[in-house]
Amino acid sequence: MQARFIIPLAVFVALVAIFAVGLKRDPREVPSPLIDKPIPTYTLPNLQVPETGFDQGLLTAQPVALLNVWASWCTACRQEHPFMMELARSGALTIYGLNYKDERDDALAWLARHGNPYTASGFDHSGRVAIDWGVYGVPESFLVDFNGKIRYKVIGPLDRQTWELKLKPLIAQIRAEAQAAGRTAPVGVSDAAPGVSAPQGAAQ
Amino acid sequence: MRTLYALALLALSLPTLAAPIAVFELPNAEAEKRFRTLSAELRCLVCQGQSLADSNSDFAYDLRSVIHGMLLEGKSDAEILDFMSARYGDSVLYDPPLKPYTLLLWGAPLLLLGAGGWLLWRTLRNPAGEGRGRAGLSDEERARLAVLLQENKQENKGEDA
Repeated sequence: MQARFIIPLAVFVALVAIFAVGLKRDPREVPSPLIDKPIPTYTLPNLQVPETGFDQGLLTAQPVALLNVWASWCTACRQEHPFMMELARSGALTIYGLNYKDERDDALAWLARHGNPYTASGFDHSGRVAIDWGVYGVPESFLVDFNGKIRYKVIGPLDRQTWELKLKPLIAQIRAEAQAAGRTAPVGVSDAAPGVSAPQGAAQ
Repeated sequence: MRTLYALALLALSLPTLAAPIAVFELPNAEAEKRFRTLSAELRCLVCQGQSLADSNSDFAYDLRSVIHGMLLEGKSDAEILDFMSARYGDSVLYDPPLKPYTLLLWGAPLLLLGAGGWLLWRTLRNPAGEGRGRAGLSDEERARLAVLLQENKQENKGEDA
């Protein structure tokens, strides 16, 4: 007898719970199928020095790198920019830029005005390379490891919280993997692991 | 006259309907049809609730031009859809594939139909609910019911007369 009244109530509560979770989730956040997949291959002109190329090889030249998709017309990029500058100054990791559907002059002026956190930027005028990266809104950031795998994707501005909670631990993990694989950064890059080999688990 | 007028109006509205698609030229009607079908089957990720065919956004335009390019290269529909879902995930497809995590999505209608069917069957078989049908009456209650029905009958007869 009691069940007759409890069942509709239970169904109602379950529905409310499902809708509450559904409402809180951001429908713009599409889970990327590219996580743990190899980065796409491409060749783009370098933004500053068009004669030089900008390809996927740059991203795997160090243990871990961040590829930040940006544009001068993108207001959220402007909002994100101070944090990018801070990251670049701290030498936490190498940051590359993918300049998305921009005009070269506008992009260069933007960097001159707000500062350039990027070791190099690729100039993706048509946005075709960005499609291979699964970009659908700028800014977006990809954490790429030395094996050329995408390890994390940030949609929207990268903020301190995401950095501290998600990226920082992952970067430490990738560095450890790189060291285990005998891959250290090339000379002159700030995140080069010190010394030659420190095998027997010196880090606790 | 009115029909003519209506037809003329309809004809005028055709270019606006075709606008987002007409930019891309394809060699034959079949390819055009495939182009329309494909861009209607793919979700525009930046514009909630619109397909690539519906949207005038930059993003939708870019992806339509990729579809266009792939059609000209002679790629199959499956190859084009795979290309998109490899980059943007299955959520870019309006017709999601059957996978472990989409089981609930595909199974929910069947589940609801089953639950509804079961409820209906139960209700029809036993309209008054469990244990409350004729079988639920005690001998005493049945005797009282017979008396009441008898009284009722007599009253009705009295009124008729």
